[in-house]
Amino acid sequence: MIAIEALIKIVVLVVIILTIVAYLVLLERKISAYMQDRIGPNRVGPKGLFQPLADVLKLVLKEMIVPAKANKFIHALAPVISITVAVGALAVIPFANYIVIGGQKISLLIANVNIGVLYILALSSLGVYGITLSGWASNNKYSLLGGLRSSAQMISYELSLGLSLVGVLMIDGTLQLDKITMAQSGGLWNIIYQPIGFLVFVTAAFAETNRLPFDLPEAEPELVGGYHTEYSGMRWGLFFLSEYTNMIVSSALMVTLYFGGWSLPFVNYSALGANLAALVQFVTFFAKLGILIFVFMWVRWTLPRFRYDQLMNVGWKIMLPLAILNLLGTGAVMLALK
Amino acid sequence: MNLELIVFLILAAAAVVSAILVITRKNPVTSALYLVLNFFIIAVLYLFLRAQFIAVIQITVYAGAIMVLFLFVIMLLNLGDDRLMKWKFNSTRTIASLMGLALLAEILFYVINFTTGAGLSPQAESIGTVESIGKALYAGYLFPFEITSVLLLAAIVGAIFLSKKQISDGPMEKGNE
Amino acid sequence: MLTDYIPIFLMLAVGAVLGIVMGNINRILGPRRPTAEKLSTYESGMEPIRTARERFSVRFYLVAILFILFDVEIVFMYPWAVNFMSLGWFGFIEMLIFIVILLIGYYYVIKKGALQWQ
Repeated sequence: MIAIEALIKIVVLVVIILTIVAYLVLLERKISAYMQDRIGPNRVGPKGLFQPLADVLKLVLKEMIVPAKANKFIHALAPVISITVAVGALAVIPFANYIVIGGQKISLLIANVNIGVLYILALSSLGVYGITLSGWASNNKYSLLGGLRSSAQMISYELSLGLSLVGVLMIDGTLQLDKITMAQSGGLWNIIYQPIGFLVFVTAAFAETNRLPFDLPEAEPELVGGYHTEYSGMRWGLFFLSEYTNMIVSSALMVTLYFGGWSLPFVNYSALGANLAALVQFVTFFAKLGILIFVFMWVRWTLPRFRYDQLMNVGWKIMLPLAILNLLGTGAVMLALK
Repeated sequence: MNLELIVFLILAAAAVVSAILVITRKNPVTSALYLVLNFFIIAVLYLFLRAQFIAVIQITVYAGAIMVLFLFVIMLLNLGDDRLMKWKFNSTRTIASLMGLALLAEILFYVINFTTGAGLSPQAESIGTVESIGKALYAGYLFPFEITSVLLLAAIVGAIFLSKKQISDGPMEKGNE
Repeated sequence: MLTDYIPIFLMLAVGAVLGIVMGNINRILGPRRPTAEKLSTYESGMEPIRTARERFSVRFYLVAILFILFDVEIVFMYPWAVNFMSLGWFGFIEMLIFIVILLIGYYYVIKKGALQWQ
């Protein structure tokens, strides 16, 4: 019974997220176009709205090319790891509170576990495999170098990512994302208490998702395509999909940890009735998510790329000490005010 | 037999099979991947013991950090399969085999003398949470906790010391810039 | 408690199935015209020289080792953070000592230039 209920929620969520991802790609192309004074895709459907469909069709109908010298099994495995890890993280994110169907209270959180935040961090640490293995399995110099750079970058920033959110955990005293949302729904959002932590978190999240200004793993001018140079068709599409899903996951994590999740200040949800309240919460969550994702794209098309040494220096010599300072400062202030 | 036991037995068997695959695969990268799979199954077995925190840490630290280093080393040292797999008889291997046999004997001893225990304590569920581990660790096990940091410090210094020679040879960096 | 984790494994399974299906869909829907040239490794149009799997800078290993050590350090902070208020100043001083000892290690790493990328 639990399994069936969970499976329904999972399928609905995955369909929603995949649709969003498809349109995020279009949105990103449009935003980049406007920022560069172009129009962007506008041929397929009204104002280019069917472009994602055309993109998917194109990818699906491509020939699958696996280099003769590649390790076939690992070449196929790597994108599967990437997408599993990206999609799996969605399970613990509370998009809304609960709905009531036929008198039954159904939580909209797929999995409510004691270790919520750690689960996402564990998955993001597994994400390194998808990229490293694809680089190695391709038996291509650009791929290997891209994969290697990327894994070194990801593990470096994982430290700051893990440390920066400890401040939030100290304030709310739990690892469960729904409880963190609840704790903020009454009072102020955590961003007010944790501006430095948030800054470190955002930077680390950019690096973890391999996006500009941290997209060295696929720095086109020097590494051709990076770790996915030897991938084509939907296998390449899977890496693309994982990148965007990861972007959604890290933005959703930011919304939940720092911006009050699905809650809005001064809204009395109990007056709305459960289902209407859930709808309002859902819309609130995705509105916040949308704003953060727009920032992701805005930054990507505004800032130039870091050099690799700069990138590693920022991670180890600025972000890491900053995160530790933030943690100790938060602790001292909290205890002094107690 | 209840469902939990059946799933447990399947996972236990999978853990053993994946462990065997780790040492029988020719390609070292494949071996490493089976080890990751093994760690993953072990993490689920921790869940069966209601140890949620340990389960997730098993994945973060072992699968997500230590195996990444293993993979780096295997991928980049790039020893040919044959060179890695050739069985040479030397003292290290002899000692290692003897110790392995001793461990096996120990495990067999406990398996043979196994009696059904009291099962899971009813409190197991609350003990395995992050909160209760924190309370125990930072109140009851203060000294071991502080000693851990000294241990980690020693490891950091050791790692730097061992690779110091290569770091000072600046030019070898040039190859991959 | 175990039942709380069923949805997580289902989610991971759905992700994996999605990956396997999409990763192989081109076998069915795509054309299949392999040529030796097409299947050769891409190297900017040149004939591939040697294998791609060569040795790399020791710094990559070092980053991975340091990552493990600092990751273990951070793992200790989660149980501490969720109990922070009840542990009070005592817990704070405890963690401060732990962090300071590790910062000595961090200082050593920086001082030795182990993270100095050129």
